[in-house]
Amino acid sequence: MDIFVQQLINGLVLGSIYALIALGYTMVYGILELINFAHGEVTMFGAMICLAILNALLLHSGLPPLLILGIGLVGAIGFCMVLGYALERIAYRPLRHAPRLAPLITAIGMSIVLQNVAMLIWGKKFLSFPDIIPIQRFTIAGANITNLQIVIILLAILIMICLWLLIHRTRLGRAMRATAQSPELASLMGINPNTIISATFMIGGALGAVAGVMVNAYYGPAHYTMGFMLGLKAFTAAVLGGIGNITGAMFGGLLLGLIESFGAGYIGQLTGGFMGSNYQHVFAFFVLILILVFRPSGLFGERVGERA
Amino acid sequence: MIAKLQSKWQHAKQDRRVVYATWIVLALLLLLLPFVTGMTLGRGWVRIIDFALLYIMLALGLNIVVGYAGLLDLGYIAFYAVGAYLYALLASPQFGLHWPVWAILPLGALTAGLFGVLLGAPTLKLRGDYLAIVTLGFGEIVRIFLTNLNAPYNITNGPQGISRIDPIVIAGVDLHRTYHLFGLSIPSTYLYYYLFLSFCLAIIFVCVRLQDSRIGRAWVAIREDEIAASAMGINTRNIKLLAFAMGASFGGISGGLFAGFQGFISPESFTLFESIIVVCMIVLGGMGNITGVILGAILLTVFPEALRYLGELQRLVFGQILVDPNDLRLLIFGLALVLIMIFRPSGLLPSVRREREFAADNSSVLEQEQESLYDQQR
Amino acid sequence: MKAVALGRGTQIFGLITVVLLALNGCQQKSASNVVRIGSVAPLTGAQSHYGKDNDNGARLAVDELNAKGVIIGGKKVTIELISEDDQADPRTATIVAQKLIDKQVKGVIGHLNSGTSIPASKIYHDAGIPQISPSATAIAYTAQGFNSTFRVMTNDRQQGKVLGEYAVKKLGNKAVAIIDDRTAYGQGLADEVAKAVEAAGGKIASRQYTTDSATDFTAILTAIKGANADVVFYGGMDPQGAPLVKQMRNLGLHANYLGADGIKTLEYLTLAGKDGDATIASMPGLPLEKMPGGKEFNAKFTAKYGPIQVYAPYAYDAVNVLIDAMVRAGSSDPAKYLPELHKTQFKGVTGDISFDDNGDVKAVAITLYKDVNGQWELLETLSGNAP
Repeated sequence: MDIFVQQLINGLVLGSIYALIALGYTMVYGILELINFAHGEVTMFGAMICLAILNALLLHSGLPPLLILGIGLVGAIGFCMVLGYALERIAYRPLRHAPRLAPLITAIGMSIVLQNVAMLIWGKKFLSFPDIIPIQRFTIAGANITNLQIVIILLAILIMICLWLLIHRTRLGRAMRATAQSPELASLMGINPNTIISATFMIGGALGAVAGVMVNAYYGPAHYTMGFMLGLKAFTAAVLGGIGNITGAMFGGLLLGLIESFGAGYIGQLTGGFMGSNYQHVFAFFVLILILVFRPSGLFGERVGERA
Repeated sequence: MIAKLQSKWQHAKQDRRVVYATWIVLALLLLLLPFVTGMTLGRGWVRIIDFALLYIMLALGLNIVVGYAGLLDLGYIAFYAVGAYLYALLASPQFGLHWPVWAILPLGALTAGLFGVLLGAPTLKLRGDYLAIVTLGFGEIVRIFLTNLNAPYNITNGPQGISRIDPIVIAGVDLHRTYHLFGLSIPSTYLYYYLFLSFCLAIIFVCVRLQDSRIGRAWVAIREDEIAASAMGINTRNIKLLAFAMGASFGGISGGLFAGFQGFISPESFTLFESIIVVCMIVLGGMGNITGVILGAILLTVFPEALRYLGELQRLVFGQILVDPNDLRLLIFGLALVLIMIFRPSGLLPSVRREREFAADNSSVLEQEQESLYDQQR
Repeated sequence: MKAVALGRGTQIFGLITVVLLALNGCQQKSASNVVRIGSVAPLTGAQSHYGKDNDNGARLAVDELNAKGVIIGGKKVTIELISEDDQADPRTATIVAQKLIDKQVKGVIGHLNSGTSIPASKIYHDAGIPQISPSATAIAYTAQGFNSTFRVMTNDRQQGKVLGEYAVKKLGNKAVAIIDDRTAYGQGLADEVAKAVEAAGGKIASRQYTTDSATDFTAILTAIKGANADVVFYGGMDPQGAPLVKQMRNLGLHANYLGADGIKTLEYLTLAGKDGDATIASMPGLPLEKMPGGKEFNAKFTAKYGPIQVYAPYAYDAVNVLIDAMVRAGSSDPAKYLPELHKTQFKGVTGDISFDDNGDVKAVAITLYKDVNGQWELLETLSGNAP
């Protein structure tokens, strides 16, 4: 039983991080119908920038560690918002009326560029997160949980609630929803679609930055290649939930985290030892395919008839 | 400038003799290419050209699925892997089997085709980005199985890969040896060049014929508007599956040739990044246009290798190496992808049909095109 | 319409030919008193820090030899090292191999990985050029029947046997959990460790897998925790090995942690921090600090390139072994010095090097180290030779 609870906790932590990144994908997709393949790299930059600020401040200032962490996080969020904005202006806006696969290629190109820029700045080494959060371990129902894990889950939930409120209760949110439905009609209503699109990229960047810092703090070293796999997983989560759908991305992320966790833990028993945790990703993709076969637009994707 | 050259060419080709002369010059160039390259740039470059030919086959195969039928496939490398592993298993000490190449390649094409249908069947209903992620997942599933099928029964030898794969032998000619003909020495990489070139030409021929056939037009019809296509009496299910199967079988052939050429394969040659590169090739070159796709494949194979000379270039310009050239290579590659797409969004050589739509200065046609590429829905 | 396509094709083709010819200027011919040797490793990508390390090790050896002066067959020669990047990709590895042959190298140090060394070895073999890998461990690498293929590193079986026996007999841990990263290196080693554990009377409590791009290990570690393992062995490199031990401790899994050369790095010590305490890792060869010339090597290398990552001493030895064979043969012609290479008796900084028929090192020593307060402390050296 304690193993089960432990896997549940593992899955929730992983899932919260996926969900945060998946939101970045899904919001951009909702408005532009574009897979922002470079979003994983934005996450990576978030981790890197925060790390750079932390290391600089820890050395040269006598500020308390938690304040430094706060500054680092805010710095990373700010930088990633600018990065998200720049990404859209440079790589996607010129292609808004191009064939739909063209922005996909620029996205891949930008992803390669960002990775290599990060490599030139921070080098090829893996960089670990400084020990500034004193780790405390608790035991719940026989399972271990650390304060960091609790913070990650709570922070992710808090951010998602804020985002939900932003989209459903503010003018900006209403403008975003309107633009997602029809940019032309939205602009007739006095909304500038370009502003909204920029805002979307910036919000996505901010969420990615938080996720990047979480990955670095909880799972391990930051590296210029760390964004790609994370991005891919998060994108899978977004599709699982129904891409373009905010609630879908949140649940998709959590679900994927749980699937990976339980998959790795129990796949051996399920297949009588024939398959082990080496088939963890097969299991995850298999579930994805199954869901899409029965619900072709994801779990929360609206069902639309042919050619609505 | 391109337009000017084009109009000049249009004018010149009125004369049949010009056309024939072009053909002959082209054929001669292709025949002499390995020797010229080998003498000027070294045999390493002949090997790069060999790989470029393999990628052309891959890109043409994927072009059927993405370019013609409009189904975005991000797991295409799986079929290449299937072809390669089939060759490796049937012609290596792994199982002690040593089948001849003429038996394996068709089998490889068939198996890859079957895998194509296997992927296509459950995903018929999916569109656009949902299809993209499922194909991506399929590619990963195949790679993960190849990595892990070494236990409990050793089939693929896992991450260690399969070594000592038999070289390709055709009509008694072992392509792994150096032959001497009329005082001319023809090393192994040259022999493979001619083999790959002939396969490539055959595949180009098939593609050209397919393009204007009933099937080719049916694919385009599905890409443009699936509902309208089915209303015209096209069996969209079978036609889509056929696109998957055809595309996959080209990948299978290419994979088989790759295994014989390399003599060693391991799962790390079949990563997601390879799939993405092949997609880049066709989009960059010009989706749906055979010449464009070929150009894209050549560029993306040759360009990263050419960037290795960055170090020499720096020494020439600055007198010393300022930045490690290896660190800059991928950066420039990425930038090039972005810039080409920004300045030529429909690829370097867009298909005539698409170009016409762009030149028509008629945004409604264009928008319709975007919408239909993979029918978005909300 | 087809003719248009052809026309454009010809234009492009012409353009490419021109570019190829223009690039020709970059090729140089080698002078007679220059001996070129190649050094290949991934210099870009996730494994580039290992690759750079190998390359630097080889470069230090070449610089030293040139400063000292090498006389082959009565003539003073200069050794030129040509570094190439194989991106840890098997396909690129064969291209790079062919290029080195074009540049008329007399021998090759490399590649870093087994997955690249194997396909490249065929090309070197066909050209008759000896290849010494400083770090490839797959058994298949030297088992291909090529007389030109060598390594100065132990193979997976040799190291796996020592590690497996150590876990069961020395540490007294009967229930062993084994994780590997599904790379040729990690899986090859982990399978051999598993065999050795069972042969020594231990049992495999849990066999788990991850990948070389993974960040989350909590799920597999939880499964291991459920299986009550006394020791966890990880076959893989430090980018995963270090966070893995951190996550282990966070989950309250207090089993011993055992690894091999992939984690016996300085990176590991910094990445794992205090959670890495008491980690035991093995390193093929004798301890550098106890070898004649080992300390000097360490000092010189550190002064020039910074701390040693892992395999630099092996690359250094590989260059010296290669040149030593040339000097003894009195020729840098591969056909002439290859037989001498097989007869090598060399005292290197990693131990005494001589080759068996396959090209593997004969006397296998494997040294175990323990992470004590962020330093690798020497435990003991064991023999990996089959009894």
